[in-house]
Amino acid sequence: MNYVMSFLVGGTICLIGQIIIDTFKKNNAYLLVLLVITGALLGFLGVYDKLVEIGHSGATVPLLGFGNSLAKGAMEEAGEKGFMGALSGGVIKTAPGVAAALLFGYIISVIFNPKGDK
Amino acid sequence: MKYNKDNYQKLVDEFTPKNKMLRNCIMAFIIGGAICVVGEIINDSFVAWLGISDDEASPMTSVVLVGLSALLTGLGWYDKLGKIGGAGTVVPITGFANSVVSPALEHKREGFILGTAANIFKLAGPVLVFGYLASFIAGLLSMAFK
Repeated sequence: MNYVMSFLVGGTICLIGQIIIDTFKKNNAYLLVLLVITGALLGFLGVYDKLVEIGHSGATVPLLGFGNSLAKGAMEEAGEKGFMGALSGGVIKTAPGVAAALLFGYIISVIFNPKGDK
Repeated sequence: MKYNKDNYQKLVDEFTPKNKMLRNCIMAFIIGGAICVVGEIINDSFVAWLGISDDEASPMTSVVLVGLSALLTGLGWYDKLGKIGGAGTVVPITGFANSVVSPALEHKREGFILGTAANIFKLAGPVLVFGYLASFIAGLLSMAFK
């Protein structure tokens, strides 16, 4: 059942992303930025946690979940440490994903060569 | 027939493929959903086999997905999947990893420091700038309304 809900929720979020791409015809970077900000906003409002309860990985794997983690991390740390928590909380919570992307990305780029468009 | 700005645009519209949106949306739904199911399987495996709590398994799943996506991008397979899946491959966190590896690979010829390392956040940089900004604002607001 979790797998079905992951598929449906994750698929729906990607479908909305596709509609945004096809409608505005902008670079993908715009979509990624929009998703992160929307995720942070939904996380701040406490709405996104409910979507995670329903959709599990379908809600945490899309970039919206990244924005949600950023907002939640900042809010949790801000409650404990104040200003410094607000500054660092989101970064700390999302650090594994960002560090993995940076390090794995660099290693892969060193090992492989660009394939070129075919 | 002479081309000016107006009728050239008409000509372009005429030859632009139409009604691709529905097919794009279906493919984005299927591929995007499938990537999320892979995430769920990885997440469940961590919980079931290694006895990790649900809260801790989620970031570990992200790390595994990012690693997989980086490898597939290096092999050139993720971009092939992207041609089919469209936003289905961009929206998940694997798309974020892809956006890190792609420019890094592309600029490799310019050297390992000014090419690969300098361009690694060319696309993902904006995501982090606005993400961290939104996170900081959310933290400040949560302090203000307590």
